[in-house]
Amino acid sequence: MRIGAPKEIYPGETRVAMTPASAIELQKLGYECLIEKGAGDASRFSDQDYKDAGVKVVATAAALYKAADVVAKVRPPEDIEIKRLRKGQTLVSFFYPAQNEKLMAAANKKGANLIAMDMVPRISRAQKMDALSSMANIAGYRAVTEAANSFGRFFTGQITAAGKVPPAKILVVGAGVAGLAAIGAAQSMGAMVYAFDVRPEVAEQIESMGAEFVFLEFEEEQQDGAATGGYAAPSSPIFREKQLEKFRELAPDMDIVITTALIPGRDAPKLWLQDMVAAMKPGSVIVDLAAERGGNCDLTVADKKIVTDNGVTIIGYTDLPARMAAQSSTLYATNIRHMMTDLTPKKDGKLKHDMKDDVIRGATVTYKDKITFPPPPPKIQAIAVQKPKAPEKTADEIKAEEAAASLKAGKQQTMLLIVGGLIMLLIGAYAPASFMQHFIVFALSCFVGFQVIWNVSHALHTPLMAITNAISGIIILGALLQIGGHGFIVTVLAGVSILIATINIVGGFMVTRRMLQMFQKS
Amino acid sequence: MSAGIVTAAYIAASVLFILALGGLSNQEKAKRAVWFGIIGMAIAVFATVFGPEVAGWSFMLLIPLMGIGAFLGAVVAKRVEMTEMPQLVAALHSFVGLAAVFIGLNSDIVGTHGLVGAEVSIHEVEIFLGVFIGAITFTGSIIAYGKLAGKIDGKALILPGRHVMNAGGAILSFILLIMYMGDSGSWTLYLMLIIAFAIGAHLVAAIGGADMPVVVSMLNSYSGWAAAATGFLLGNDLLIVTGALVGSSGAILSYIMCKAMNRSFISVILGGFGGPTGPAMEIEGEMVATDAATVAAQLEDASSVIIVPGYGMAVAQAQQSVSELTRRLRSKGKNVRFGIHPVAGRLPGHMNVLLAEAKVPYDIVLEMDEINDDFPETDVVMIIGSNDIVNPAAEEDPNSPIAGMPVLEVWKAKTVIVSKRGQGTGYSGIENPLFFKENTRMFYGDAKASLDQLLGLIN
Repeated sequence: MRIGAPKEIYPGETRVAMTPASAIELQKLGYECLIEKGAGDASRFSDQDYKDAGVKVVATAAALYKAADVVAKVRPPEDIEIKRLRKGQTLVSFFYPAQNEKLMAAANKKGANLIAMDMVPRISRAQKMDALSSMANIAGYRAVTEAANSFGRFFTGQITAAGKVPPAKILVVGAGVAGLAAIGAAQSMGAMVYAFDVRPEVAEQIESMGAEFVFLEFEEEQQDGAATGGYAAPSSPIFREKQLEKFRELAPDMDIVITTALIPGRDAPKLWLQDMVAAMKPGSVIVDLAAERGGNCDLTVADKKIVTDNGVTIIGYTDLPARMAAQSSTLYATNIRHMMTDLTPKKDGKLKHDMKDDVIRGATVTYKDKITFPPPPPKIQAIAVQKPKAPEKTADEIKAEEAAASLKAGKQQTMLLIVGGLIMLLIGAYAPASFMQHFIVFALSCFVGFQVIWNVSHALHTPLMAITNAISGIIILGALLQIGGHGFIVTVLAGVSILIATINIVGGFMVTRRMLQMFQKS
Repeated sequence: MSAGIVTAAYIAASVLFILALGGLSNQEKAKRAVWFGIIGMAIAVFATVFGPEVAGWSFMLLIPLMGIGAFLGAVVAKRVEMTEMPQLVAALHSFVGLAAVFIGLNSDIVGTHGLVGAEVSIHEVEIFLGVFIGAITFTGSIIAYGKLAGKIDGKALILPGRHVMNAGGAILSFILLIMYMGDSGSWTLYLMLIIAFAIGAHLVAAIGGADMPVVVSMLNSYSGWAAAATGFLLGNDLLIVTGALVGSSGAILSYIMCKAMNRSFISVILGGFGGPTGPAMEIEGEMVATDAATVAAQLEDASSVIIVPGYGMAVAQAQQSVSELTRRLRSKGKNVRFGIHPVAGRLPGHMNVLLAEAKVPYDIVLEMDEINDDFPETDVVMIIGSNDIVNPAAEEDPNSPIAGMPVLEVWKAKTVIVSKRGQGTGYSGIENPLFFKENTRMFYGDAKASLDQLLGLIN
């Protein structure tokens, strides 16, 4: 079958759904690859690059749609592109079916099968084709570089000969993929990063990226993301109030604010209000990644960079991934390629649209003349439900436990000593004095042995065994004392004992020495 | 030499032995400590030989015997490979056991001269005990040697009613002891010797390969007690002191090993695993294979690497390649460390010795407790021939046979690479969910061959 990628016609769109590298992989799956002339230019992939990768370059979009069995795109199709679809053809692209119902109906009428890359369920197995995440990752990174571009100062705090530079303080609101990417980028540029999210379970992720989690004191049970497939859910009015109060408190301190808060299927929540913008220092920057859906900030203008009266720059670009076309094309094309891999289980270049597969079923919007959106919930949950943690023990409880444990240990030790003492008494009552003298030596030696051996380093346990082996050759003394007389058999047995005990002594010590010599410090 | 001077020499020897053992608390002191042991031994032997109790003409015998013994010992010590240490240690234990048996038998032949009353009974108990412990040590060590050297099948030999057999043997021996004290003749001693031989062999035969570290340290302990029993028998304090030192050393090692496996000492000694208490947890996911090029790239990208070696490394003789890999990665400024589980290998501290032999500096070789908290910040963990000691089932699945055993929490690292011969379950036959985790990649093949492949790609 043939898979083709047309040039994107949406104004300003620079990405392309197939790269020379992804084409090579697609060919390994058995597909023939087509590309519209000049489709990769904006992402710095020339037609020649594609030709070198074995891709056929087609002159017009119309010819490409005609020739291809599978069309891979980035943006949702425009009306004119819908018209070009034919029955049984498969289109793979971003689609946003919830917002584009008309488009979906039109495509269905044409009889085309639609796979929406934005509908891929968020389960581990599907991560490799999660294009939303890969685009969000780029958007987060780009948000930081855009902010840096408009921000008149260093991110890193420096003390230079020309004076002291304070570090930039950055607040990231919403720690999804984009938020985490922004945290990472800002952190590595040396800024002090704070981050906020309504989902308590991401605090750990935020801290793992090196940012500080802005903690909200709030009594109400916070809902974790597990119920909504890893996305945030709208918060209660009281919670929202608390949250805004916190932001108001932070606003004067922050140099850069990056907002990424989105709730699936709704307008972006307003989190950074006019008065907060007013409270910020001149020269501060706000990057609103939710601009496309109305923006998290009151003053955001989509696709524009504006400067407020008090000198705060607000960036509302909605095409951040497209501003890094080479990178986003590479990642998106790889996501598409992974999707095709799942659609081609036999690697024979034949599409197998398996509606029983959770991932494929979830992403399919129209199939065989039927609208299949919305999909049933996936069988596997995106992330495990958080287990309620056992209540933290208070200091008093811990202390009490420790006291109880030490009391128990003390009792045990006392018991042991009493029992041991009784046994000694028993032996002492019957055994002769000469024996008891030896017994003192024995008991004390055991005691010394225990004390000494506990301090032996774990790494030296093998040498310890070898050296104890050597000194247990001390049994030679017994044989030495016996060899003197008392007949032939005794002498033979004692002689053999001396021989093997000597092997033990010499062998044991030498091997210990050999081992210990090997231990070297770096 | 008078008896007084001999005793003084014994005191010096005891002190030197204690110093020798105490010196093993760190690597640098240890090198000096061996000399304390050697000097102590020399003083003890010298004082005894020239002491009042050894007849003059026996030099004729002593010198050639000790000469041959020293020669054999030196040859063995020079030739032995570090991977063969467990066998060597086991073989040497058997010698102590055998010597204790011979000395006990000799005492029986010589008889109870000049002893009266309770002293006679005590002496007879001492003979019996010395022979009993010595015999168990002897055959036990021989079986352990055979298993470790691969001459006997390493699997646990589980005979029906094995506990009854052991207990029966012990009770029979006790009856024989009573008869021996009641002057029934020396045959009781010889019969007990045979029974003790059987008990020793059977005890160790019933213990599986994975429990060998415990067995070897246990035999180490026995050989000490055998020496101590001989000391009582001959009324020689130096033997008692040394035997007690060695005995307690072995006992502590056994305790540490059991703790590291979360098993009771008794259950290990009596052999066999406690069977699982319920169905094992279902494992989700699949094993994902990887290749040398990918692993090399991952190592190149990593800034911190932890290597977890196991018995598989010893079997494949891969320690030199591991060391070379470590050297190269370290020269690139990566933080490479080793995580050693207490029961890795077949001997306590086995991995440390192998790595030391391959010139891995000991300050990057860390114990489980020292390194377990560092896994979440580690980029790549390489597992070379270890299995149970990195099994997450020990923590996650209460029905697992190794539930509760402390393990190296390698799965918390970003990437785990498992170098393993094939898809099998390893020595203990327990399925390892680690291999199925999302961040785990299986690097199949002989450990040495795999590592050499990597060395070809990393310069």
